[in-house]
Amino acid sequence: MQLKAENLSCNRGGREVFRNLSFGLKTGEAMVVTGRNGAGKSSLLRMIAGLVRIASGRLSLEGGEPDIPIGEQAHYLGHQDAFKPTLTVGQNLQFWSGFLGDGRTVEGALQAVDLASLTDLPAAFLSAGQRRRLSIARLLAVPRPIWLLDEPTSSLDAPSQQRLAELMHVHLLDGGMIIAAAHGAIGLERARELKLGLA
Amino acid sequence: MRSFNTLLLRDVQLATRVGGGALMGALFFLIVVTMTPFAIGPDLALLRRIGPAILWLGALLASLLALDRLFATDHDDGSLDLLMMAAMPLELTVATKAIAHWITTGLPLVVIAPLLGLMLNVELHAAGWLALTLAAGTPALTFIGLVGAALSVALRRGGLLLAVLVLPLTVPVLIFGVAAANAAILGSGPFGPPFTILCALSLAGLVLGPIAAAAALRHGLE
Amino acid sequence: MPVIDLANPSRFLSIVNRLLPWLTAATIILFVVGLYRGMNAPDDYQQGATVKIMFLHVPAAWLGMFGWGLMSVAALGTLVWRHPLADVAGKAAAPIGAAFTFICLVTGSLWGRPTWGTYWVWDARLTSMLVLLLLYLGVIAIYWTAEEPGRGARAAAILSLVGAVNLPIIKFSVDWWNTLHQPASVFRIGGPTIDPALLAPLLIMALAFTLLFVTLHLASMRNEILRRRVRSMRLLQAQELAEAT
Repeated sequence: MQLKAENLSCNRGGREVFRNLSFGLKTGEAMVVTGRNGAGKSSLLRMIAGLVRIASGRLSLEGGEPDIPIGEQAHYLGHQDAFKPTLTVGQNLQFWSGFLGDGRTVEGALQAVDLASLTDLPAAFLSAGQRRRLSIARLLAVPRPIWLLDEPTSSLDAPSQQRLAELMHVHLLDGGMIIAAAHGAIGLERARELKLGLA
Repeated sequence: MRSFNTLLLRDVQLATRVGGGALMGALFFLIVVTMTPFAIGPDLALLRRIGPAILWLGALLASLLALDRLFATDHDDGSLDLLMMAAMPLELTVATKAIAHWITTGLPLVVIAPLLGLMLNVELHAAGWLALTLAAGTPALTFIGLVGAALSVALRRGGLLLAVLVLPLTVPVLIFGVAAANAAILGSGPFGPPFTILCALSLAGLVLGPIAAAAALRHGLE
Repeated sequence: MPVIDLANPSRFLSIVNRLLPWLTAATIILFVVGLYRGMNAPDDYQQGATVKIMFLHVPAAWLGMFGWGLMSVAALGTLVWRHPLADVAGKAAAPIGAAFTFICLVTGSLWGRPTWGTYWVWDARLTSMLVLLLLYLGVIAIYWTAEEPGRGARAAAILSLVGAVNLPIIKFSVDWWNTLHQPASVFRIGGPTIDPALLAPLLIMALAFTLLFVTLHLASMRNEILRRRVRSMRLLQAQELAEAT
C-alpha cells in the first residue's frame, strides 16, 4: 500500500496555504510534517482525512481498497477530542468503536493507554493528558491503516509520550502508516520529514 | 446497521442526561401555549376555535428552537469530523441524528399536546386526534429543520439565522397540520386528505432532508 | 446546640438521619387522621362530595407557594452569606415545590370538571399557579443544564429572587387581566365562609402536607449532599490514578 500525493494545493478562506506538494508514503513508513505556524500542517492532515477540500492535485492510496475514500481508512487525531463529558470513558470509546469500527470491546485499548481503571468515570473528570490518552485509545480500538496525528504529544507527560512512541512503533510494524504534524520530536526515529512553507 | 444503532443510542442518551436538552422543547411548548391566552383573553369559545392553531404554532417554534444544537455540539467538540470519516454514508448519519432528535424533542411535544389541548378547551378525544396530527407532522418539521441546522453549522452562525432559513419552508406543514387538526376538533372539512398530505410531507422530508443536510455539511468543508 | 453547627454538612447529615424516621412517622399519622376526618366531613350543599378535593388542593397550593419562599431564602443564603447548605436547600426545594404546585393544578382541574364543566378555565388563581409552575420548571432546568453542581447554584439563586419579586406582580396582573376579560361562562368558586366541620380537616391536612414537604426536603438535601460527596470522591480518584500512572 502506498499513499501518494501529487501536486496538492490547499486554499482556505481565499488564501493559498500550500501549493504543489508531492510525497509518497509506503506501508510501515512514518512522516513528520514540520513548518512554522500557518504553514498548513493541520490543513494537510485534514485534507488527507477528507475534511478539507483539495483545491488541485491528486491524492490516492495505491494497493488499498479503491472504492473506499481515504478518510474511511484513516484515523484523525486533532486538537479536539470528540468525547462527550457526560458519558463515561468506556461509553465514549465504545461509541466510536461501534460507530467507526466493528464494535469490539474497548478494554484492551483502554489498558494500552493506562485508562482501564477509569472506565466508569465520566469523561468530564479527565485531565487534558488523560483525554489525550483516551483519543489515542480510539486509534487502537478501531484498526485503520493510516494514522493522521496533529501534535500528538501535546499535554502528554514523559512516560505517556514514551508509551505513544511504542504504540506508533507497533502500528508501523503491523504495516500501518503515520503522518504526524509536530514542532519537536515525537519519538519516531526513522520518520521522514516534510517541511512546509519553504516554497 | 450497528453504526445506526450506536449513534441513535448515543444521541438519545446524551439528550436525556444532565446537560441534555430533551425536555426543554416540551417546556417551551407549554410556556408558549400558556402565554397565548394572556395575549388574546381567557374566552373559552375563542380559545377552542383557535386552539389547533396555537398548538401547531407552539410545536413549530419549539421544534425549531431545539434544532439549533443538533450539529453545533458535535461540531464544537470535533465529533462531526469523525462522524464524517465513518463508513456509514453521511446522509444516513445525518438522518440518524434527526431521528434521535425527533425522539427526544418531537415525541415529548406529541405526548403533552393533549394536556395542553385541555387547557385550550379542546375535548379529550379531539385532543387525541390533535396529538395524532402532531405525531404525523412534527417529523417533517425536524427533517426540514435539519437542513437549516446543517447550513448554520457550515456557515458558523446559529440562532436566528436558523429560524430565518427554516420557518418559510415549514409553511405547508403548518397549513395541512392545522387543517387536519381543525377537521378533527371542529369538524370543519374532511380529516383524511390533509392528514395524508401531512404524512407524505414527513416521509418526503425523511428522504430529502438528510440528502440536503449532508450536502450542506460537505459544502461547509473548506 | 448552636445554629452554626448546622452549617457543617456532616453535622447536618447526622441530625437529619436521626430526625427523618420521626418525621416520616408523624407525616403518615397526620395524613391518616386528616384523610379520615376529610372523608367523613359533611358534603357541601352546592358542590356535594367534590368539595373534598379541597383538602388536597388548598394545602398543595399553600406549599407550592411556600416552596418558592424557601427557595428565595436559600437564594439569599447562597448569594449573600455563601452558606454551604443554602444551595443544597434551594436545589432540593425546587422539584418538591413544583410537585406540590402540580398537584394543586391537577386537583384544581379535576375539581373544575364537575364545577365548571371543563377541565381548565383561565381563572386568575389557577393561571397564577400555572405561571408559578413554569417558573419552578425554569429553575429545575437551570440545575438540569449545569453539568457541574455549584455552577448552576448562583444562576438559580438569582432567578429565585427575581421570581420572588415578580410573583406578586404576576399575580396582580393576572387578576387584572382576568377581570378585564372575565367571560360570562365562568363563575368563580367561593360562596359561603368555610364551615368549621370542613375547616378542622383542612387544617390537619395542611399540617400533614407541611410535614410531608419538610420530610421530603430534608431527605432530598441529604441525597444531594451525598451525591456531591460521591462526585468529589470520584474526582479525587481520577486525580490519584493520574498521579499513579
